[in-house]
Amino acid sequence: MSSTGLLLLLFIHPAVTAKSDRERIRNEAELVRQLGLTDLCLFTEARYTRHLTQADLHSAFQDHPMALDHFPSGAMVRPPLEIWRRK
Amino acid sequence: MRWLERQRYLIDFTLSSLWRRKWKNLSLVLVYSLVIFFLSSVLFFTRAIRQEAGAILAEAPEMIIQRTIAGRHSLIPETYADTIREIRGVGSVKPRLWGYYFNMVSQANYTIMVPETFPHKETEIVVGEGVLRTWGSVEGNRLYFSAYDREAVLLTVVDSFDDQTALVTSDMILMAEPMFRKICGVPEGFATDLGVRVRNRRESDTIAGKIIRALPETRVITRADIQRTYAALFDWRSGYVIVLFSGAGLAFLIFAWDRATGLSAGEKNEIGILKGVGWETGDILAMKFWEGGVISSIAFLLGVTGAYGHVFFSSGILFEHALKGWAGLYPHFRLIPSVNFYQLATLFALTVLPYTLITLVPAWKTAITDPDTVMRQG
Amino acid sequence: MIRLVNIAKIYNAGKPNAFTALRGIDLTIPMQQITAFRGPSGSGKTTLLAIIGCMARPTSGRIWLGDRETTSLPERFATAVRRETFGFVFQNYNLIRGLSVMENIMIPAYPAGMKYRTLKDRAGELLMQMNMEDKAANRVEHLSGGEQQRVAIARALINDPEVIIADEPTAHLDTDMAGAFLEIVSALKAAGKTILIASHDPFVFGASPVDRLVSLRDGRLTAEEAAA
Repeated sequence: MSSTGLLLLLFIHPAVTAKSDRERIRNEAELVRQLGLTDLCLFTEARYTRHLTQADLHSAFQDHPMALDHFPSGAMVRPPLEIWRRK
Repeated sequence: MRWLERQRYLIDFTLSSLWRRKWKNLSLVLVYSLVIFFLSSVLFFTRAIRQEAGAILAEAPEMIIQRTIAGRHSLIPETYADTIREIRGVGSVKPRLWGYYFNMVSQANYTIMVPETFPHKETEIVVGEGVLRTWGSVEGNRLYFSAYDREAVLLTVVDSFDDQTALVTSDMILMAEPMFRKICGVPEGFATDLGVRVRNRRESDTIAGKIIRALPETRVITRADIQRTYAALFDWRSGYVIVLFSGAGLAFLIFAWDRATGLSAGEKNEIGILKGVGWETGDILAMKFWEGGVISSIAFLLGVTGAYGHVFFSSGILFEHALKGWAGLYPHFRLIPSVNFYQLATLFALTVLPYTLITLVPAWKTAITDPDTVMRQG
Repeated sequence: MIRLVNIAKIYNAGKPNAFTALRGIDLTIPMQQITAFRGPSGSGKTTLLAIIGCMARPTSGRIWLGDRETTSLPERFATAVRRETFGFVFQNYNLIRGLSVMENIMIPAYPAGMKYRTLKDRAGELLMQMNMEDKAANRVEHLSGGEQQRVAIARALINDPEVIIADEPTAHLDTDMAGAFLEIVSALKAAGKTILIASHDPFVFGASPVDRLVSLRDGRLTAEEAAA
């Protein structure tokens, strides 16, 4: 059935794009090395979420007085404690 | 073989009976697929981005040294780098100059950075793909900045990062050191923090200890910390999304349960007729099993392949807000497609199997009634 | 020969709404003949046919099909006997809506796992015998009453049973179609089948092909005679 074909796609497609993907990762890793980066550019809603791994001060209204906390989910879900534990 | 031929007939009959009630079954498949689509999207995305983060950040400096005053981040004197260089095992120490710039017009934060080598003029910048997209007012290829002393500065974009590297460079603005200090207000002799590379990775902890002893007001962030943070982050972000979804998920469960555990009068009548013409209870249950199996399998396939396309061809566009954060600037990037067989199998076991089994219960109850009732209906 | 000894059937036994459908029926039914069961509504005809055809179990008494007792067969065996020995034509035909004529006819043979080609050919033959071969692909709900009955008969014959049981076959038919039904029944008898018909239609039990008449009233046998 065509649906099984679809399912096969899920396993074949990654193999097909693997080469170009690997190259992309290499380029990004090289940039990370050159610039000495530490964080992905994923959560840019507030300064303390842009470089998550770099401790920084954070307070309300930090961008401008009309800006409240940009990260409301932080009020609902706490990160797991393990990430704060050292080895 | 009789058994095979019999299953074939049963499946044939099942498919035709599903088609006979096509609207009801199509709506069920649709809702079911949406649920699976959502779940598998979250699973695929989380896994893919975790892997990507791990691969990319493997090249981050082994240690970042920050200076803290009153427990808060403070600028670090560049002379500290000399102290650290003297520690045995340290390969290189590079002061990092970086910071944030908030653009009023686009209401977004950007990261400004000074690379080790910047082969351009002081008034020139290199930007990531997200910067040009969101900056707002762009005069030709010049961007307006407000310096630390509120002086207006116009900088020319001379180059941009490859779109492919968006995941790390989307909001980045590279500039020359003097311009950085002018805009961000970091005085001469100071840096944001120090990036340290060690010769032997296994000595990281020891070296970190030595650094803290030598410079007590500093804190050390290791690469292992960085990678762990991201692993945990994606875990809980995806958990957060799933929690939000749980309300809808529960509603679906109730709907599916109701559908699966009740037979309509027409279906009951049909089972009675089949019993009357000579079908055993076992045949009827086999048919119902195929029915439940076909519906949930189709929904599973549609949901999973839809999720695959959603996550790997459109970067999870429906979930951007929750999974990537609701920023003013989303990087446009593609994730490496990969599917974990184990994940798929678990999802299959959690969705297809229960549904198939619970459709059997009401059918069994009807199927064991005396076929005599069929005669009486007549 | 089908033999019933002291068959009784009580529905909802032990409950306040218990209902005795049959009381102490002793009956011998010869094979390869047409036996008509007559009696008013509620006389127990349908129940009697259901018990004979292994569709229901008697509350007491015993029943033999040839020399095999079928009184309390386990469900699986009862179903097998029912499928192989009996063909039913229900009062409302009980065809499955939405399916074609051909599919309806083939359904009783599915559990046997016969080869598809063989089954299809057999169904085709039966349709020809019933003069319905041009309607093979039609949906059953688009057929007239008489046509539906012929489909029901073809379905009853698909497993080549020895005994055909028809419950009120002429209830929804006009005189012409009732006559056509009786012709089919005679042809089946000529082919060596045993036919049991329950009816309160005088047209049926007065008809010439009928060999024996069994009269029931209030669950009891009141008369058993050869037809005139």
